Amino acid sequence: MARVDEIRSIVAEYGRLGVDVGQVADEDSLYSAGMTSHASVNVMLALEDHFDVEFPERLLHRSTFESILNLDQALAELLDQ
Amino acid sequence: MERERPAEDDQVERLFAGLVSHGLIVPVDVHGIFGRGAVFEDVLRRVDEMIVRQSAEPAESLTFPPVIDRSVIQRTDYLDSFPQLAGLIYGFLGDHRDAHQLSGRVHRGEPWGELMSLTDVCLNPAACYPLYPTMTGVLPLAGRLVTMLNWVYRREPSPEPTRMQAFRVREFVRAGSPAMVLEWREAWIRRGLDLLRRLGLPAQTEVASDPFFGRVGAVLAEGQRAQQLKFEVVVPVVSDDHPTALCSFNYHQDHFGHAFDIHQDDGSVAHTACLGFGLERVVIALFRHHGFDPDSWPAEVRAEIWC
Repeated sequence: MARVDEIRSIVAEYGRLGVDVGQVADEDSLYSAGMTSHASVNVMLALEDHFDVEFPERLLHRSTFESILNLDQALAELLDQ
Repeated sequence: MERERPAEDDQVERLFAGLVSHGLIVPVDVHGIFGRGAVFEDVLRRVDEMIVRQSAEPAESLTFPPVIDRSVIQRTDYLDSFPQLAGLIYGFLGDHRDAHQLSGRVHRGEPWGELMSLTDVCLNPAACYPLYPTMTGVLPLAGRLVTMLNWVYRREPSPEPTRMQAFRVREFVRAGSPAMVLEWREAWIRRGLDLLRRLGLPAQTEVASDPFFGRVGAVLAEGQRAQQLKFEVVVPVVSDDHPTALCSFNYHQDHFGHAFDIHQDDGSVAHTACLGFGLERVVIALFRHHGFDPDSWPAEVRAEIWC
């Protein structure tokens, strides 16, 4: 599975979106799609478990979790290290 | 969460010692649970009455005990956001053998906490919390406005007198449509600022966030600030750089509406907002700015409080 699809399935499970994740484009705002700050934290913890990474402090910002694209870029950076 | 820096320690010690030497508070062995003297209580009661008089529309008045249904903090994500502040209540549910074991451990100075069990109540962490479960159902067309004076608990022991473990909050809660709730909050932010300035306190408003726990707390706090969900009116008490919040104004959106099935007349999920004045904090700020003897406070401040 491509990384972006793995992210999508985690967002679908933990993001508590108000819409089907299939209707959300990679660059769309997940917050606009109904994800709360609490849900974004659950998405982050699930991504950390799944990809065996830890988001460092510099990435612990609302914008990191804004979209599937942003999450993919953050993970690309973390997995590259 | 702010922590005292060494430069502020003198201020903290002077303020605490002044409050004690004037009989305003009575220290005990644990930080943040000092006793309150008669003069302190008189000022607190009058400040509370002054706040209640500011409400533009009549509010239903309710009082809840300082312990609440434990399921409330579980249903509202409190233990996700602030596990460090929660205060649970444990009770002894064992038999006579366990009781004997408990007694022995206590008297030998050994740990005994594991012999106690979680009860179905906890200390109330926010004055508005006991209200929401009672609102389940459909609100009246005009929504609801409720006021309460409740004791709350936060586990953050500190020698700093404005950072208490148990204190009283004069709270107002508005429930209704988003527009109703936001308009009410805006009016109260101005009212709260005006009230504290009339008391001679150099009050300012600022966008604020709650002390969310742990490394993910930064994400939650940033979200709260970005959406301007929390405002505080702050006054320098022990530090000019880190003024103390005397009241806070919180817009919960539909958080409690969802958690407790509170709906508007049209069937949509109700929005809520609350505001709370930390009464001890207002009183301590008055003693800090006007002196430890209320008889010597400026006449215009006295006129506001002893009207």
